[in-house]
Amino acid sequence: MEKNKLKGWLYLLPAILFLGCFMVYPLIDVFVYSFEESYNFASQTYQGTGGFNFAYVLHDTYFLQAVKNTFLMVIITVPLSTGIALLISVGLSSIKPLRRLFQTVYFLPYVTNTLAVGLVFMILFKKTEYTDGLVNLLIHWFGGESVDFISGPYWAKMFVMCFYIIWVVMPFKILLLTSALLSVDQSYYNAAKVDGTSGARIFRKITLPMISPTIFYLVITGFIGAFKEYSDAVALFGTNLNAAGMNTIVGYVYDMLYGDSGGYPSYASAAAIILFVIVLTITCINLLISSKHTTYN
Amino acid sequence: MKVVLQNLTKKFPNRNKKAGGEVVAVNDFSFEIPDGKLVGLLGPSGCGKSTTLFMICGLQKPTSGKIFFGEDDVTDLPPENRGVGVVFQNYALYPHLTVRQNITFPLENLKGEDKLTKQEMQDKAYEAAKLVQIEELMDRKPNELSGGQQQRVAIARAMVKMPKVLLLDEPLSNLDARLRLQTREEIRRIQRETGITTVFVTHDQEEAMSISDVIVVMKDGEVQQIGKPQDVYDDPVNLFVAKFLGTPPVNLFDGEVKAGTLYIGDDAVLSVPGAADGAVDVGIRPEGFLLKEDGALCCALTGVEVMGRDISVVSTNPHAQSKAIRSIINAENKVDTDAKDVRFALKPNKVLLFQKETGERIYF
Ligand SMILES: Nc1ncnc2c1ncn2[C@@H]1O[C@H](COP(=O)(O)OP(=O)(O)OP(=O)(O)O)[C@@H](O)[C@H]1O
Ligand SMILES: [Mg+2]
Repeated sequence: MEKNKLKGWLYLLPAILFLGCFMVYPLIDVFVYSFEESYNFASQTYQGTGGFNFAYVLHDTYFLQAVKNTFLMVIITVPLSTGIALLISVGLSSIKPLRRLFQTVYFLPYVTNTLAVGLVFMILFKKTEYTDGLVNLLIHWFGGESVDFISGPYWAKMFVMCFYIIWVVMPFKILLLTSALLSVDQSYYNAAKVDGTSGARIFRKITLPMISPTIFYLVITGFIGAFKEYSDAVALFGTNLNAAGMNTIVGYVYDMLYGDSGGYPSYASAAAIILFVIVLTITCINLLISSKHTTYN
Repeated sequence: MKVVLQNLTKKFPNRNKKAGGEVVAVNDFSFEIPDGKLVGLLGPSGCGKSTTLFMICGLQKPTSGKIFFGEDDVTDLPPENRGVGVVFQNYALYPHLTVRQNITFPLENLKGEDKLTKQEMQDKAYEAAKLVQIEELMDRKPNELSGGQQQRVAIARAMVKMPKVLLLDEPLSNLDARLRLQTREEIRRIQRETGITTVFVTHDQEEAMSISDVIVVMKDGEVQQIGKPQDVYDDPVNLFVAKFLGTPPVNLFDGEVKAGTLYIGDDAVLSVPGAADGAVDVGIRPEGFLLKEDGALCCALTGVEVMGRDISVVSTNPHAQSKAIRSIINAENKVDTDAKDVRFALKPNKVLLFQKETGERIYF
């Protein structure tokens, strides 16, 4: 028994060492930096300890803007993308002909490079000297005023941003949901049909509970993913996100470290810790809710 | 209520597209299930039992043929309007609902005039649960129940609407031998108590024989024989039915009829006045052997198994189609276990003759 335990630890050792060096140690370091005032990488010096960094970050308008942006993205994209993915998956699994084709089509964005997708969005939305973008053409068609989605009003930029995020995360969700739907045993549906259950009730009382573990998984990972949003914003609005007013929390951290106004590891660390606390809290709430609602696994 | 199946046929497009054509799962099935009886639908795997059941309950549409419940043609009626209760091969209990919720599930679907209050539903669910003796398990989830208990829940759910017809698809196949015995008695009791016309699908002949009023033996989608279990056992119409029914199974020999006498090898074992001359398959039920010093059939003894009331004599014969011949003999007979040979006389009504090519029964 004891010997086996030792063996177990031995097998785990490489992973523990690796994780310790590259995950746990940096995490602790970030935590430490966040409490050290004006830490300097080069000289490895700091001026004092305390909550100063947090106070600074929490009063920085750029940071507050980033938090607002991030929260908006999370609140809009997670429910919408999951809901739409569910609709599409249900549609996909109820049609027979061409299912494969549709599945492939819906999966394409997943294997497409983010920047390539960004390019497509530029064609759709960007105003240049020659064209207002495809979407504006449509708006014109219906008699509307053209909108500058990339450098225009805030809501337009947020709309494009959310549209983009949803579009990027959708394929993965569809993939998981269709396979979850297909794995529901046909005999449950047969039993329900014999009992005269209406389609809506079958969906609500049988399909949804059966695939709820997958849905919760998607929601939790969706929240985490959306809170870490950064590269998609860069793909759409360029690297100077603060100027565009579309910065995210991760973007703020990056800017504090390496941006034009960068070189502040202490502020970056504080912002990172704040993000960490937010994600942790939300994930805990999610897990709590999901464990209450998916007693069946 | 009686159920009439009229020339019921179901063809599926072949799954293997290259082979083309279609699979005939059920072919020209005609049968009238008498009111209030328990009918056992019996046949080997893939013979179309489930398909027949699915057509009766309306989950599958017959390719041709008609189904009547009483006098009503229900062929085109959707399942929910047929008033059937179904227990599926794997029970199909909703895993996320408690036993109580599972049982009330069908009741909650009722609309309009039939709509029930919460209390009525609870009462009905309790009644159904009581019928199958699971009333203490109402708040458990299916995965917290044993196989037998799950099966009863499935029956309760199928019965809660008091269906006119109850359909059971191999309901005992997931249970162990003892539970199976117990549960089939249970099903028999419930069926008797409620008098619901019931179709019971199984590939286990013993199960079908023990609880059915009538059995239907199927093979490759075709009905082979319909009748009371004992009649079908005593009087099978062909070799398939004879082989399918009975444990231990019927013993088969190569035989020959010459001038009204049946020969197995050189032994003239029985006088068969009505049979025409020629080679035949001979089936002898295990209980058709009588130990007799001067018996006509001589076999080499390999062993004797004592089973209390009976003994089972295992022997071999060069003309037998199987390695061992099993005969069940009353334990009052003493068998000399050291002897090389045993000699049997045969009970004429336990000897069945079949045509070599077609397997049709030859009566004598
Ligand atoms: N949906 C289907 N499509 C094509 N062929 C089918 C379909 N359902 C059943 N079959 C075929 O019809 C035949 C009868 O099937 P069925 O399920 O009725 O058999 P069964 O007697 O219930 O067998 P088991 O005892 O194994 O349950 C089989 O050959 C099967 O392959
Ligand atoms: Mg079957």
